[in-house]
Amino acid sequence: MQFMALIYNAEGSESSYEGGMGKIMADYWKFGEEAKAAGVMVTGDALEAVSTATSIRERNGKVELTDGPFAETKEQLGGYYLLECKDLDQAIEWAQKIPTAKYGTIEVRPVMVFDQ
Amino acid sequence: MSEIEHHLTRALRKSSGRILASLIKSFGDFDKAEDALQDAAAEALRVWPTNGIPHNPAAWLHTAAKRRAIDKIRKDTRHHAKETQQILIDLEATKEDMSETDYDIPDERLRLMFTCCHPALSNEAQLALTLRTLGGLTVREIARAFLSSETAMLQRITRAKKKIRDAGIPYEVPGIEQLAGRRVAVQKTIYLIFNESYSAFEGQTLTRDDLAKEAIRLAALLFRLDPCPETGGLLCLMQFTHARRAARTDNDGQMVSLEHQDRSLWDHKTIKQTNALLVEQFKLGQFGPYQIQAAISGMHCQAQSWGATDWQQIAALYQALTAFDPSPVVQLNAAMAQANMGEVQPALASLQTLEDELCCYQPFFAARAELHLMRGDKTSALFDLDRAIDLTKNLIERRFLLDKRENVAICKSDTEN
Repeated sequence: MQFMALIYNAEGSESSYEGGMGKIMADYWKFGEEAKAAGVMVTGDALEAVSTATSIRERNGKVELTDGPFAETKEQLGGYYLLECKDLDQAIEWAQKIPTAKYGTIEVRPVMVFDQ
Repeated sequence: MSEIEHHLTRALRKSSGRILASLIKSFGDFDKAEDALQDAAAEALRVWPTNGIPHNPAAWLHTAAKRRAIDKIRKDTRHHAKETQQILIDLEATKEDMSETDYDIPDERLRLMFTCCHPALSNEAQLALTLRTLGGLTVREIARAFLSSETAMLQRITRAKKKIRDAGIPYEVPGIEQLAGRRVAVQKTIYLIFNESYSAFEGQTLTRDDLAKEAIRLAALLFRLDPCPETGGLLCLMQFTHARRAARTDNDGQMVSLEHQDRSLWDHKTIKQTNALLVEQFKLGQFGPYQIQAAISGMHCQAQSWGATDWQQIAALYQALTAFDPSPVVQLNAAMAQANMGEVQPALASLQTLEDELCCYQPFFAARAELHLMRGDKTSALFDLDRAIDLTKNLIERRFLLDKRENVAICKSDTEN
């Protein structure tokens, strides 16, 4: 099964991470290597800051653009991983290793599979 | 109820958890398993009157349910061919040539327990699903036990099953590195079921016996399948508590406090057996909160009277419990034990530090009223009893508190006159 791990955190919350920004980067790199070696990593990316977000919707044939994210919440989506796991337990096991779990929230959800 | 129906109901009540667990293991799907068992039950009602009641009704139901399920899977073209093959191989692997009496349903209930109590499900969903699949209770029974509507309960169970299927919650006993943590979730679910039976929040009756018995049955099952001292402790705690049930209410259905209970009504045989089981757990030297709470309950059970209770030991046990669980409720109980040892003033002082956190907790005010009475301060006691009465939602508890208030008020006016 494929699971999407969505990585949320509040802006500035990284500062609570022991070892600071440098350590976060190093730990993310380590996580990526570990997940690749285990055959779990499908893909993953970090996203630019929420200040770069543009939200798009079409209503009555007219496209509306909004400057900013879909929902103004304290914790914002900052990146994701797509993981290949046996079941939810394995997905949880990997999600808790993502460094942001220590100061933000990781949401895991299975990727929907459509029957042929 | 006809004789056939009676036998069928009994077989289902006793074995549906086990049959379902085994079917779910084969299908990897709760609904298919339940449907198959239901079909088998309907078939039993048709066939048993002519062919007679089988020697081993549970085995008969299991086999019938599997046959029905195989038929259905064969017809279901949407199923992925490879998966279907595997399921069919698994199902047909059962030794059909075995005589019905020897036939044993594989015990897959431990897996099912871990799945139903998976921490990715809400507590409410865990409780409902466990009672439905492992306890074999009907949705109506569960709804009644939790004072909820049947529709709401059915929805909760359906949603939980959907999450198990779609979110990839495994049907497995967790690996060794996760087992300890996940076992705690199973223990907690069972304990919540048991507590629910005693609190009867907003309810009319103080205990719901069936729910309590079901929780004890589940704990005994967990303990047998996955023996661990804390599960043993949980089982002992519930058994000790349940052994005192007959004395907890009087003939009019009024609540009787531990102090005034008729101890001859306690189930002393169970108390004795439970005590032996608890001692065995303690010998293993892996202490935990359930074992300690069981020990406290056991101390009460073995005291000949309220006056003969070993408060020193109980206070020490509560102290040990705070190391595992420093919650204000545990601190409240520790303070009450201290007061019963005779140290009323320090107990009252520690209660004052808990008031902010327990300002909506009825037993806090009932307990503090008790301490005020020990010091002869009836005015403060009445004040706290009023607050306890305001907070309780259980009618029997309310009557108990109102009676107590009246007694204190009478004593007070007597001394004042």
